[in-house]
Amino acid sequence: MEDTIMNQLKNFTKGLLKENPVFVLLLGMCPTLGVTTSAINGLGMGLATTFVLAMSNIVISLIKNLVPSKIRIPIFIVVIAAFVTVVQLLMEAYVPALYDSLGLFIPLIVVNCIVLGRAEAFASKNGVLSSAVDGLGMGLGFALALTVLGGVRELLGSGKIFDMTLYSPTYGMLAFVLAPGAFIVLGYLIVISKKMIK
Amino acid sequence: MEYILLIIGAVFVNNIVLTQFLGICPFLGVSNKTTTAIGMGVAVVFVITLATTVTWLIQHYVLNVFGLEYLQTITFILVIAALVQMIEIILKKMSPSLYQALGIFLPLITTNCAVLGVAILVIQNDYDLATGVIFAAAKALGFAFALVIFAGIREQLETLELPKAMRGVPSALIVTGILALAFMGFTGLVK
Repeated sequence: MEDTIMNQLKNFTKGLLKENPVFVLLLGMCPTLGVTTSAINGLGMGLATTFVLAMSNIVISLIKNLVPSKIRIPIFIVVIAAFVTVVQLLMEAYVPALYDSLGLFIPLIVVNCIVLGRAEAFASKNGVLSSAVDGLGMGLGFALALTVLGGVRELLGSGKIFDMTLYSPTYGMLAFVLAPGAFIVLGYLIVISKKMIK
Repeated sequence: MEYILLIIGAVFVNNIVLTQFLGICPFLGVSNKTTTAIGMGVAVVFVITLATTVTWLIQHYVLNVFGLEYLQTITFILVIAALVQMIEIILKKMSPSLYQALGIFLPLITTNCAVLGVAILVIQNDYDLATGVIFAAAKALGFAFALVIFAGIREQLETLELPKAMRGVPSALIVTGILALAFMGFTGLVK
């Protein structure tokens, strides 16, 4: 029993740091760069992806024996797209402000390589519990990376973090909130994480 | 004139890779050599233009008519996946030489979020068919343009002595950032 708990724990934590989808596996770059103009946007996108990832992992691990292997990819994509639509409708109803600021990137969770990647590499080979834990861990690792990236950009660009002002926005470097800052900050964050893991 | 402004706006001012962050994966993945970058660029222009035409027709003549707008995401991704497969099969039969040139890039394109992104953008912006298709082709051209420029820079970058942790993706991202800064110079060119 203890062994399985340890295993589940390992499944969960590997997504957070050692196999972090953004900093280490370099997957899902588009939403990572596109929505992280602030920490709260990053967190929102991260949690939406976590939901899709965990739910699609659960369903795919349940149906893995029924799906003919030749057409598994289209079937996985339909399952993922269904959960993305659920998230889209829920966010539009309950958090319209966040929905507007994330915009196009919510439907684009469908083509986020992390989601299909975990379905193919993990959920189609493992049990329900492990798949759910793996989805949750990977999703939260993604959310963590997006929140850090969003936080750094928001802090450098506008002197705020989670809407708390730390210094006057006059001294902020606007470029960090705009497109170039996303690429440059992510580049340096990957360098830092490479150094840390070593 | 209106179309020219639309094209300049889509290629330079709102470049799909450098300001809207769509299609980053292939942008980082196949930009090692200028020749592969050109191949990928052509394939993307081809697929995006065709996919947008088909998805526009489906949105306006199927989804809107039957009140099924909430199925947009699912329908579009299936249409794009099927379309890419079909293009691959048709090219293989009709024009083996073109298939040789574009073939290896085609399967990669299904997971290119630029294709789905542009298809949805065209619907969101409420374009008519002609404007939508031109917009899509211009967006795709912007992708190809950024990809080819970047591949040129990256070929030079390979020869540099960088610290180990900086090699590969991190340095590519930082250079992309600088390229995006340069593209900010186009802001204001078109309203």
